[in-house]
Amino acid sequence: MASGPREKFDNPVVEWIDSRLPVFTLMNKEYGVFPTPKNFNYFWNFGAIAMFMLVTMIVSGIVLAMHYTANVGMAFDSVERIMRDVNGGWLIRYIHMNGASFFFIAVFIHMFRGMYYGSYKQPRELLWILGVVIFLLMMATAFMGYVLPWGQMSYWGATVITNLFSAIPLVGEKIVTLLWGGFSVDNPTLNRFFALHYLMPFVIFAVVFLHVWALHVTGSNNPAGIEPKTKKDTLPFHPYYTMKDTFGLLVFIIVYALFVFYAPDYLGHPDNYTPANPLVTPAHIVPEWYFLPFYAMLRAITFDIGIPFTDITIISAKLGGVLTMFGSIALLILLPWLDTHPIRSARYRPLFRTFLLLFVVVFVFLGYVGSQPADATLGPLPLSVFGLLGTAYYYGFFLVILPWLSKNEKGRDLPASIHESVLG
Amino acid sequence: MKTTILSLMVLSLMAFSVPVMASGDVEHPPHQHWHFNGMTGQFDKAAMQRGLKVYREVCSACHSMKRVAYRNLVDLGYTEDQVKNIAAEYTVTDGPNDEGEMFDRPARPSDHFVSPYPNENAAKAVNNGALPPDLSLIVKARHDGPNYVFGILTGYEEPPHGHELLPGQNWNKYMPGHVIAMAPPLSDGVVAYDDGSPQTVEQYAHDVVNFLVWAADPYLEARKRLGISVLIFLLVFTGIMYSVKKKIWSDVH
Repeated sequence: MASGPREKFDNPVVEWIDSRLPVFTLMNKEYGVFPTPKNFNYFWNFGAIAMFMLVTMIVSGIVLAMHYTANVGMAFDSVERIMRDVNGGWLIRYIHMNGASFFFIAVFIHMFRGMYYGSYKQPRELLWILGVVIFLLMMATAFMGYVLPWGQMSYWGATVITNLFSAIPLVGEKIVTLLWGGFSVDNPTLNRFFALHYLMPFVIFAVVFLHVWALHVTGSNNPAGIEPKTKKDTLPFHPYYTMKDTFGLLVFIIVYALFVFYAPDYLGHPDNYTPANPLVTPAHIVPEWYFLPFYAMLRAITFDIGIPFTDITIISAKLGGVLTMFGSIALLILLPWLDTHPIRSARYRPLFRTFLLLFVVVFVFLGYVGSQPADATLGPLPLSVFGLLGTAYYYGFFLVILPWLSKNEKGRDLPASIHESVLG
Repeated sequence: MKTTILSLMVLSLMAFSVPVMASGDVEHPPHQHWHFNGMTGQFDKAAMQRGLKVYREVCSACHSMKRVAYRNLVDLGYTEDQVKNIAAEYTVTDGPNDEGEMFDRPARPSDHFVSPYPNENAAKAVNNGALPPDLSLIVKARHDGPNYVFGILTGYEEPPHGHELLPGQNWNKYMPGHVIAMAPPLSDGVVAYDDGSPQTVEQYAHDVVNFLVWAADPYLEARKRLGISVLIFLLVFTGIMYSVKKKIWSDVH
């Protein structure tokens, strides 16, 4: 990587190492003097915050794995043993449990930042796609982690979600059997989920490395959405952004600590404190809060899609729901080609800004829909109608609104430079 | 614009964390005042000791508490000798011994609470097919656990006109679906208190909830205490970092 001409270090030990393996030169280049746009707002803290959460999850998770037993007869008891008899076990588990939620909070805000300021646009398409890949891996990891305590929601959540794959034509049933390691969610399922839950964070780490690498090739986007032109537009990463990130991170950790110490079970579901029982179905199976908008889209398709006036079904309601849910992520991958407007930042695109903020409101509302029982109502109408409307807006935003805006939105005049945008 | 975005973010966080309500027309149990609530909440040891008494004399006839060990009772303010004496009142089956025989012995502090039934089927057989749940985690396993358990214990009433109950069924206004297999477990004066506390259903329910909250979350007090220190540290550190950031950025702004 950092080969070629190299500046000498004064410290002889550092110099000895650096002349053989230029890690110090690399760190200095990428995190010391790295030119960074000087107009970042606090939204730009969330990449560093997400990185902190990933490390927190890996460290707390490894300690938990030392005490956890992946066996259907012992998993729940081993988690309770961690909570009661392992020294500091309750703290480590609450850090890990709430850490999953706060990792998602950080990543949701990070993704919103990327969308609002057009960070996915040329030349950062691959950077964005790697981010979506990380998000997908996180979802898989979080889902499998939630199964491990083997409570009621663990078991029934695993049953519902793995069953989704049976909707895939021809190979669906085989995939489900492979996921389960048998013919129902049972001990082999728990064992493979534990093995994969331990593996995935390291895969995430590797993709994060690629994500950061790609970022350091193109450089960061910024709130103005224009590239830095002169030295006046940038600042060295250290100390300006190392210190700003640390401050923002600490504010985030305060909120995180409030949950860990004062509401550790608030974001979870009480049913998961009842050991898994394959004979008793909970009244209302819900995933963790960060999956709720996607869960709402899964449940929004309640009708078969077929050839009109015949009995022929092309896409069953189940398959339709599954396609809708996974499609919602696929749309994120396509985003750089759905929104081709030359202006990046929503600051200079009032129409895009309005539709995007509405998109956030709809996404949150879908989360609410996902949290409610399937037969819930809102006013006189069944809630599923609103779930379908929300899903329609989600898809419409990507497939209709963004392409239309790309052609028709005029946008405001861009500032001449980042330096000028800060002054103006 | 910044404020719009920020309020949207806050709004979304709030909406996400709306707790999921159980369906049905069940009345929400009223909120009681609990000593363990709030940032500086602490266990009420006297209430917990009385609650243990209620559990031992009433609840434990049907409900196990498998995750609590007798040694844990020192948290309630008992001495180690007192704990030994409490444990010794119970009998556990141990073994096999050197002859390969199972044998009964008095429980030791290291033993977990002895269950009333040898297994789940035995529990169901004598309870009309209903399984009395283990109470170790009951307040964590229900929405708004403390108020819920208090509500169930005090919420028995005659079924409204037109509702026929089968034998072995009871009407409780806070039970989801209202029909509960457990007969009203408490009545005034059923447990004798020696500290002068009122011997009423409300007092018993209050005391047993204090005991069960400890059983489900024995580190509640330690957690809240540590939380204060952590927050003070974080607030000071954040303040320092804010000044550092401001100072460093002063030549840019």
